[in-house]
Amino acid sequence: MPYYTSSTQLPSETPKSSTAEAAYAPTERVASISATNHDQAEILARAQAGDHQAFAQLYSIHKKHVYSICLRMVGSIAEAEDLTQEAFLQFHRKIDTFRAESALSTWLHRLTINVVLMHLRKKGLQLNSLDEIMQPASDQRPGRSFGARDLTLSGAIDRLALQRAIKELPAGYRLVFVLHDIEGFDHNEIASLLDCSIGNSKSQLHKARLKLRASLRNHPQQEGHK
Amino acid sequence: MRESANNLTCTEFQAQIPELIGSGEQIGNHPHLRSCRLCRALLADLDAIAQAARQLFPVEEPPDALWDHIESAIVKEEATSDLR
Repeated sequence: MPYYTSSTQLPSETPKSSTAEAAYAPTERVASISATNHDQAEILARAQAGDHQAFAQLYSIHKKHVYSICLRMVGSIAEAEDLTQEAFLQFHRKIDTFRAESALSTWLHRLTINVVLMHLRKKGLQLNSLDEIMQPASDQRPGRSFGARDLTLSGAIDRLALQRAIKELPAGYRLVFVLHDIEGFDHNEIASLLDCSIGNSKSQLHKARLKLRASLRNHPQQEGHK
Repeated sequence: MRESANNLTCTEFQAQIPELIGSGEQIGNHPHLRSCRLCRALLADLDAIAQAARQLFPVEEPPDALWDHIESAIVKEEATSDLR
């Protein structure tokens, strides 16, 4: 029997109607935002038992984390929204299988990354063929990219310029870069996640960094500021 | 491309960088770097990029409407599973 109504109000969202407002008093909303691990365990137990409001609370607690991972990995808002939805649907389907040996956030992190990877595979991303498809342009090849200026980027990297450069990376480069340098996976894990060799993961990461470097050098630091 | 103290050219050294970095070795001690200012600069840049990236992305908030879509999808899924 479906236990969801058509308008389960999110605890930490601004209520959309007086009915919803009545359903979640302000104190409850505040409590959900600052949920401790103990609280989260209790919320999770209730969600696993079929409590729809508890699942909505879990969404409120973890939505930013999940959405941010999706956005970093695909670089598109529309895709990130779809993938966030899919991640939470899978979370809902599999919530009974979660056991407290690991933190829920870690489990959800892994689940989200798998959802994104599945999506990218469906789109036809073949990591093993990326080397052929995305050979860096001649001006990005290491041997020629740094002879003109003896300038390191250290301490001078503009956040917005780097963010934009990452967004503009070819999909395969961005994926490995985000997984390794931002999400903190090691090459063994990336190789396993992407079903590629460890050497391929290392190579993609290096090329991604080289491409970012070239991109940052081509765009003056001030460009990110208006 | 210049020759280095251990006879590796920059191109040869740079071809080894992914493996050297990925293996967790102290690449800074590599003999080539002692004599090659350009490769030291390259590595400093790559390291700076990796460091900056770790602190880069703000946590983003999904649009409010997303929960409505998720909730609708869950309702549909549960209705379908009840019919089976």
